[in-house]
Amino acid sequence: MPASTPPTSPAAPRTLADAFAVRRAHGQAALIPYICAGFPPADASLALMEAAAEAGADILELGIPFSDPLADGPTIQRATFEALGAGMTVRGALEILRRFRSRHDTPVVLFTYLNPVHHFGLADFVREAKDAGAQALLLTDLPAGADTALEAVVRDGGLELIRLLAPTTARARVPEVMDGAGGFLYYISRTGVTGARTALREELAREVEALREEVALPIAVGFGISPPEQARLVAGSADGVVVGSALVDRLEKEGVEGAGAFLAELRRGMDGEGLS
Amino acid sequence: MTDIATPTPTLPAADARHRFGAFGGRYVPETLIAALDQLEEAYHEARTDPAFLAEFDALLRDFVGRPTPLFRARRMEEEAGAGPIYLKREDLNHTGAHKINNTIGQALLARRMGKKRIIAETGAGQHGVATATACALFDLECVVYMGAEDVERQALNVFRMELLGAEVRPVSSGTSTLKDATNEAIRDWVTNVESTHYIIGSVVGPAPFPRMVRDFHSVIGRETREQILAVEGRLPGSVVACVGGGSNAMGIFHPFVDDADVRLVGVEAAGEGVDTGRHSASLSMGEPGILHGALSYLLQDSDGQVAPAHSVSAGLDYPGVGPEHSHLRDTGRACYVAVDDEAALRAFHRLSELEGIIPALETAHAIAYILNEARALTSTGPCVLNLSGRGDKDVAHVARVEGRGSLL
Repeated sequence: MPASTPPTSPAAPRTLADAFAVRRAHGQAALIPYICAGFPPADASLALMEAAAEAGADILELGIPFSDPLADGPTIQRATFEALGAGMTVRGALEILRRFRSRHDTPVVLFTYLNPVHHFGLADFVREAKDAGAQALLLTDLPAGADTALEAVVRDGGLELIRLLAPTTARARVPEVMDGAGGFLYYISRTGVTGARTALREELAREVEALREEVALPIAVGFGISPPEQARLVAGSADGVVVGSALVDRLEKEGVEGAGAFLAELRRGMDGEGLS
Repeated sequence: MTDIATPTPTLPAADARHRFGAFGGRYVPETLIAALDQLEEAYHEARTDPAFLAEFDALLRDFVGRPTPLFRARRMEEEAGAGPIYLKREDLNHTGAHKINNTIGQALLARRMGKKRIIAETGAGQHGVATATACALFDLECVVYMGAEDVERQALNVFRMELLGAEVRPVSSGTSTLKDATNEAIRDWVTNVESTHYIIGSVVGPAPFPRMVRDFHSVIGRETREQILAVEGRLPGSVVACVGGGSNAMGIFHPFVDDADVRLVGVEAAGEGVDTGRHSASLSMGEPGILHGALSYLLQDSDGQVAPAHSVSAGLDYPGVGPEHSHLRDTGRACYVAVDDEAALRAFHRLSELEGIIPALETAHAIAYILNEARALTSTGPCVLNLSGRGDKDVAHVARVEGRGSLL
């Protein structure tokens, strides 16, 4: 752990709860982009995070790439392998976060698979991540109840543990999933891996509404949300909209600037501007 | 004959069900939890259902060709200068290897769960062929994921799977090998989980797969036990098997685990040498890590990224290993050694010449170890080798490796 961290942050980072509360006060949903650390290469990832914050993103998911991303579709796999090929590491991702945090108060969720942080040493990782300015951790392959000791390490270290819920999750399991969950509930819009889809399932809004009876945390919906119309539809029922693959797609085609513009479009779409 | 388990009225607590000591578990995306629960429940019921067990037994007998013989390898004993050495002839099973024990069992379970679509991963194609075979038998739709590199190298097995009615999907992400094919199979399962059962090919993956696959293969060890007692009147001094994911080894080890005097030896692939970084010796050289849903020994780099495995034998070419092997290793109940490509290739030739049996390259690793260590392995009783598969599938590959590709 680095001995000294310069206190360069302009203000303490906002909490996830604050980020949702601010939007809710305006009848809006939070925009939560996923950015893969190291795609584009390190400095450009930082530029992308900054562009996202400026385009109206409320929370950032910063992905730490893993060699075997079995929950991800082709788009995020591509970003992952390019990032790893260019030498991105766990420490490298934390360094990007640290630099972002020195200028921005947008809360950041670190998003990865268990093995890289397990190998790093989960307690050490949580401490360094918090020190670098993270608010929360989401581990795709650590479902509720799978390893309560590891879950405790995350919470005891002071990071909120983000839980995922799937359309296949049994109703009876919801309380177990929510037990100890922090920040927001990430609802997976459909069975499957990450990746933009042309249509959302019709049941989605109903499912989110039904969940509210049991879930006190804000509910963000992700997996497969692409055009602004979809973001708007989801924003109608959910508290937050996660956008990953569609952003990577745009990034590949149009670079950081285009990706920023895309997020601004999504933001306007979610807020009902510029759409009939 | 089948006695997969003694009946248990209710499922034990999660950690006891899902782990072997600290290893194993269910490190998977949330979407799969419901399917794993369903599978666990279905298997729990099936393993004590006499009708299920009777059907499984009958298929093993009439379709697979069990029991397989236990053959005394006298010329191998002469060469090694010690004995007795017995070969458990899993190579004589239908489709040429032990793999089919598991695919028949899981296909029966899929039918029981009402799932009509099967997916599988395969490395060299043996598990893919065994899965396609079971699916043909039970009229199930079958999709097999195979690394693009392996599709090239194992064109004949691709054709076999297609003959059996399966669709083979090449996977070109990551390293384009078995671990990536497994990732892709899991992605398919996450997407189509309600209609689809995933027949995993080894004692790996999230619970309940490692126990279930072991149980379906434990017929190997039960037969061995009966056969050696009948012919020798005593238990083996040692049982030796090759270990990639570790299914043939768990199958023969399991019924001997409580017999403390039976040495259990797993032979991993040292590839070009365990010091070269080009090997598949997860238990000898790896560190505990999480891949494909389980905590187990894993080949990984200093940043926790999974390291590519290497072996001349595609079936051992996997950076992970079944979690129960990790447990047996750490408790000292089994010991694990590694044999390199060159020694395995020599043993491939020697067994062919000595016993008239062309072994699978995977199995050849265990044969090489026995040829070197026969004296120690037979010091307290007979040595049994699990001859997990036949080598016909490897003939073309060995010819190429030895510069005789022009023959083919």
